[in-house]
Amino acid sequence: MSEKDEASRSDKKVDQGYKGFWLRLISLTRKEIRQLLRDRSNLAIGIGLPMVLILIFGYGLSLDVKNAPIAVVLEDTSPLAVDVIAGLELSAYISPITVTSMRDAERLMLAREVDGIVRIPSDFSRRLTAGDAQVQLLVHGSEASRALIIRSYISGAVSQWMQRQADRGAAGASSGTITVIERMWFNAANTSTWYLVPGLIVLIMTLVGAFLTAMVMAREWERGTLEALFVSPVRPGEILLAKIIPYFLVGMLGLGLCLLAAHFLFKVPMYGSLVVLLVSSMLYLLVALGLGLVISSVTKNQFLASQLALLTSFMPALMLSGFLFDLRNVPLVIQLVGRVLPATYFMELIRTLFLAGNVWPLILKDCAILAGYAVLLLGLARFVTRKKLD
Amino acid sequence: MTHPHMAAAVAHALHKRFIIKESGKIVHAVSDISLEVQAGSLTALVGPDGAGKTTLLRMMAGLMKANEGQLHVLGIDVAADPQAIQDRISYMPQRFGLYEDLSVQENLDLYADLHGVPQTMRRERYARLLEMTNLARFTQRPAGKLSGGMKQKLGLACTLVRLPELLLLDEPTVGVDPLSRRELWEIVQQMIDDEQLTVLVSTAYLDEAERCARVFVLHEGKLVAQGTPAEIRHHARNLCFVAMPPQGQPPRFLQTRLLDNAENVIDAVPQGGAVRFIRRPGSDQRHLDAMLEGAPVMAVEERLEDGFMTLLRKQYIADPVDPTAREAVVRREAAEGKNQGQGEDYVGDVIIEVRDLVRKFGDFTAVDHISFSVRRGEIFGLLGPNGAGKTTTFRMLCGLLPASSGFLQVAGVNLRHARAVARRKIGYVSQKFALYGDLTVMENLEFFGSAYGLSGERLHERIGIVMQQFDLKDKEKSPSGQLPGGYKQRLAMAVGLLHEPDILFLDEPTSGTDPQRRREFWRRITALSEVGTTIVITTHFMEEAEYCDRIVIQDSGKLLALGTPREVRTQAGGKDSRLNMEEAFISIVEQGRRQYSEAAATETGP
Repeated sequence: MSEKDEASRSDKKVDQGYKGFWLRLISLTRKEIRQLLRDRSNLAIGIGLPMVLILIFGYGLSLDVKNAPIAVVLEDTSPLAVDVIAGLELSAYISPITVTSMRDAERLMLAREVDGIVRIPSDFSRRLTAGDAQVQLLVHGSEASRALIIRSYISGAVSQWMQRQADRGAAGASSGTITVIERMWFNAANTSTWYLVPGLIVLIMTLVGAFLTAMVMAREWERGTLEALFVSPVRPGEILLAKIIPYFLVGMLGLGLCLLAAHFLFKVPMYGSLVVLLVSSMLYLLVALGLGLVISSVTKNQFLASQLALLTSFMPALMLSGFLFDLRNVPLVIQLVGRVLPATYFMELIRTLFLAGNVWPLILKDCAILAGYAVLLLGLARFVTRKKLD
Repeated sequence: MTHPHMAAAVAHALHKRFIIKESGKIVHAVSDISLEVQAGSLTALVGPDGAGKTTLLRMMAGLMKANEGQLHVLGIDVAADPQAIQDRISYMPQRFGLYEDLSVQENLDLYADLHGVPQTMRRERYARLLEMTNLARFTQRPAGKLSGGMKQKLGLACTLVRLPELLLLDEPTVGVDPLSRRELWEIVQQMIDDEQLTVLVSTAYLDEAERCARVFVLHEGKLVAQGTPAEIRHHARNLCFVAMPPQGQPPRFLQTRLLDNAENVIDAVPQGGAVRFIRRPGSDQRHLDAMLEGAPVMAVEERLEDGFMTLLRKQYIADPVDPTAREAVVRREAAEGKNQGQGEDYVGDVIIEVRDLVRKFGDFTAVDHISFSVRRGEIFGLLGPNGAGKTTTFRMLCGLLPASSGFLQVAGVNLRHARAVARRKIGYVSQKFALYGDLTVMENLEFFGSAYGLSGERLHERIGIVMQQFDLKDKEKSPSGQLPGGYKQRLAMAVGLLHEPDILFLDEPTSGTDPQRRREFWRRITALSEVGTTIVITTHFMEEAEYCDRIVIQDSGKLLALGTPREVRTQAGGKDSRLNMEEAFISIVEQGRRQYSEAAATETGP
C-alpha cells in the first residue's frame, strides 16, 4: 500500500514518468540488498540473532518451575503424613528434602538452598480425622512469580492427595476440606513455551524492523553517502522504499524461522488461520520499519539511533507488551503505556491466533490499529526524509 | 545544452546564516554574495577555511536554502524547484560518499541508473571514464579497498557518468597526493575541452585556480574579489621578490624574519632553496634591507597565490604568532637549559635511526627495507603519494605499530624492545582531531598532562607554557570540539608537547587547510625547531617540503630520495634545475615507477 503511495508522489513531474521511478527504485534496492549481504553484522542481527533468541527463549527461558527444592519437616510420622509427602515426591516440579526440625529447614531457607518449606505439624493426622488438618507452607518470596507457582504446585499436590483420600472414602473426606479446584484454559498443559514462542515472533519482527532499519539511514548520513545521492533525479520516497524492501524480506525470513521453530521444535498448536497470521505480521513489520526509519532519519547517527530503537521498540516490546507480564496485572500508568505500543496489539493478536483461533472482532480491531500505525509511521518517515542538509 | 553565453548560475544578494546550537551564536556563512557563473567555462571559488565556499555550492545544488536573496541555477529558481536542478546538474561533495562495500563497477552502475543514463551510452562512457581514471583494472574491487587518490577519482567518475549541464566540485583534491591531483585535473580538463562542460570548483590550492577562466575570492562569507586569474594576480604586481639566504642556511630562518615583519612584508614562503616574499606597497626599504642582511634579492613575476595573499592581507590584518610571546618562551627555555638547538650551525646528534626497516601486512609489503636517520633539532619531512607507506613508516616511528624486521631506534631507545620508554620521549599529533570535544581546552590539557605523568605544580607550569606558546589563553574555557579548525590544531600540538618530548610527530597537519593557516602553522613549527624540538612531519603540499631541513620521498614502500630539498631537486632535474618541489616529486616518483616496472619486466621476461 505504501508503494502505490510513494509512486504517485514521485510522479509529480510528467517528464520523469514511471520508467525513471522503477529504474531508480530497482537500482537502489539492488544496492541495499548487496550492502545487506556484504555487511556481516547486518546478517548476524537479521538472521543469527532471531535463531539465538528462538533457542534461548524456547529452551533456556521457561517460566515453568521444575525440580524446585523444598524442605519437608515431618513432625507427624504417621502413615497418613508420610503419604502426603510421597505425593509431593512424585511431582516433577518439586524435589522434597526431608529435614528433622523446623530450625534446619529455616537454615536451608536462609541459605537459599530451598525455595520453600512444607511443615506437617504433629497434630496432622489427629486433626485430619476432625476435618480441619493444616499443612504449613512457607515460600521464599524473593522471586514473586516463582513463589506463586511453587505455592500453587504444592497446594495443588496437597489437594490432589486429599481428593485421592476422598476417593478411597477415607476419614475426613466428607468434612469439606477439598475446596480448591484449579484448571487453566488455553494453555491447558501450562507450558510457558506455548505462549513465549508466539511472543517471540513479535520480538524478532521488532528487532529486524526497527533496530536494523534505524541504522541504515543513519549510516548513510554518517558516511556522507547521501550528499552526492541527493543531487540526482532520485526522490526521497525512492530512497525510503529501497530501504524498506530488503529489510521487509529479512523480517519475513525471521517470521518463517519462528513459525517453523514453533511448529516443529516446540509443537505449539496453531488454532487460527495462517493467512491472517501472515497478513497481520506484514502489517506489524511495516510499523516496525516505519519506526526505524523515522528514528534513523531524525538522529542521523548510528549509535544514537540504535539506542533509541532499543529503548522505544525492543525493550517495550519485551517488557510492556504483555510478552512476559500480563498487562492486566500492572499499574494503570504502565498499562496505558502498553496500550500505546503497537507491539501490544500484535502480541494480543498473534497469541489469540496461535492458542485460541480466529476471533474475528479481535482480529479486525488489531489489524486496523496496526494498519493505522503503519500509515502514520511510514508517512512520518517520508516527511522527515528531505533532500536538505540544513 | 545551455547556451555558451548564458549564465549557468546567478546569485543575487545571497545570505545564509547558521545558528550554532551550543552557544546560540549566529554565523554568517554567506553574506550578500552576488555573482554570475558563465556557462561553458571553468570557474573557481577560492578562500580560506570558513569563507563560505561549501555553503555556496550546497545552496546551488539545492541542498540548502538561502535565508535571503535569489539564486538561479540553469535559469531555475533553486528555492522554488530544487529537484528540477538536481535532475540536471552533477555535484561532487568534499567527502564523496562512495558505497565502500560495493565494487567500483557497482558504484558506477548505481549512479548511472540514478541519473538515467541509457544502456546504449554506458559502454562507451564507462570505458572512457575507467581509462581516464586508471581504474579499469580495479572494477571488481570494493570501493573501500581503494587508496585515497583512487577513491577520489572514482567519486569524480561517478559524478561524470552522465554529461551534466553544470558540474559542481567541492575541493576535489583535498588530501590527495600531487600525482593523483594532477590526474584528477587532467580528467576535468579533458571533459571541458571535449564536451564544453561548465564547471564550478572550490579549492584551497591556488595553483589549481590558476587554470580557471574566472576566480571568485571569498572571505568570511563575503565576495572580496573576482576576475580572471591575471586580474587577481595583478594585485601583487611589482611586489614579488626572491631572496637568497646565505649558503648552508635553511631558507626558513630568513623566511621567518620576513614573515614576522607584517608592516613591510605581506607574505614570505621558502621556495626552491630561496625565500619568496611579497612586500607591502609603500614599505620601508631600510627595514627590509635590515632584515635581508645583505641577501641578494631578485624581482619575480607574481602568481595567483601572491595576488590572493595581497588581497586578504590588505584588507584584513592577520594575527600572526605574537613574536614577543614566542621569544619569551625561547628565552625561558634557553635559561632552563632546554635549548639544545642548533642556532646557526645545526648539526645535532642522531635522534632517530632506521636501518632496513620492513613492515608486511600478510603478503603485502607496505614498507620495504628503508634506511635513514634524523638529527636532533631537524625538521624532517616524509613525502610520498597515497599508499606509499608513509603512514606505516610514521606509525612504526611512533611505536604505534611493530616492525616486521629491521633496526629502529628513537631517542636512544630501541623500539623493538622498549616501545613504552620511547613513547614518553615523543609527542604525536594525529591527522584527525583526537582530543575530547566536550572537554574544555584546560580540561583536555589537564587530562593529557596527567596521562603523561605530570602533576601538581609541574603540570600547571607546563600548561601555562604551552598555552602561551600556542596562544590558547583566551579559549581556556571553550569546549574543544567547538573551536575553529586552526585552534583545534594548536590545541592538539600543545597537548603533544606537554611532556616536553624530544621529537614531535605530525601526520598531515596541513591537509585541507588554506594558505594563510598553513603559513601560521609553519611559523609555529619553525619556532619549535628553534628551541631544539625535532620535528617529523608528513604532508601533501610539496612546497612545504621547503621548510624541512631534509626530506625522504617514498613510493610503494621503497625509499626513492633522501636529502635536503636542494639535493632532492638536483636528483630530479640535474644541477641548477629550476624544477619546483612538486615537479621534482612527480619526476622522482614516476622515474621510480618506471624502473620498478622495467625490473619487473626483465624478471618475468624471456
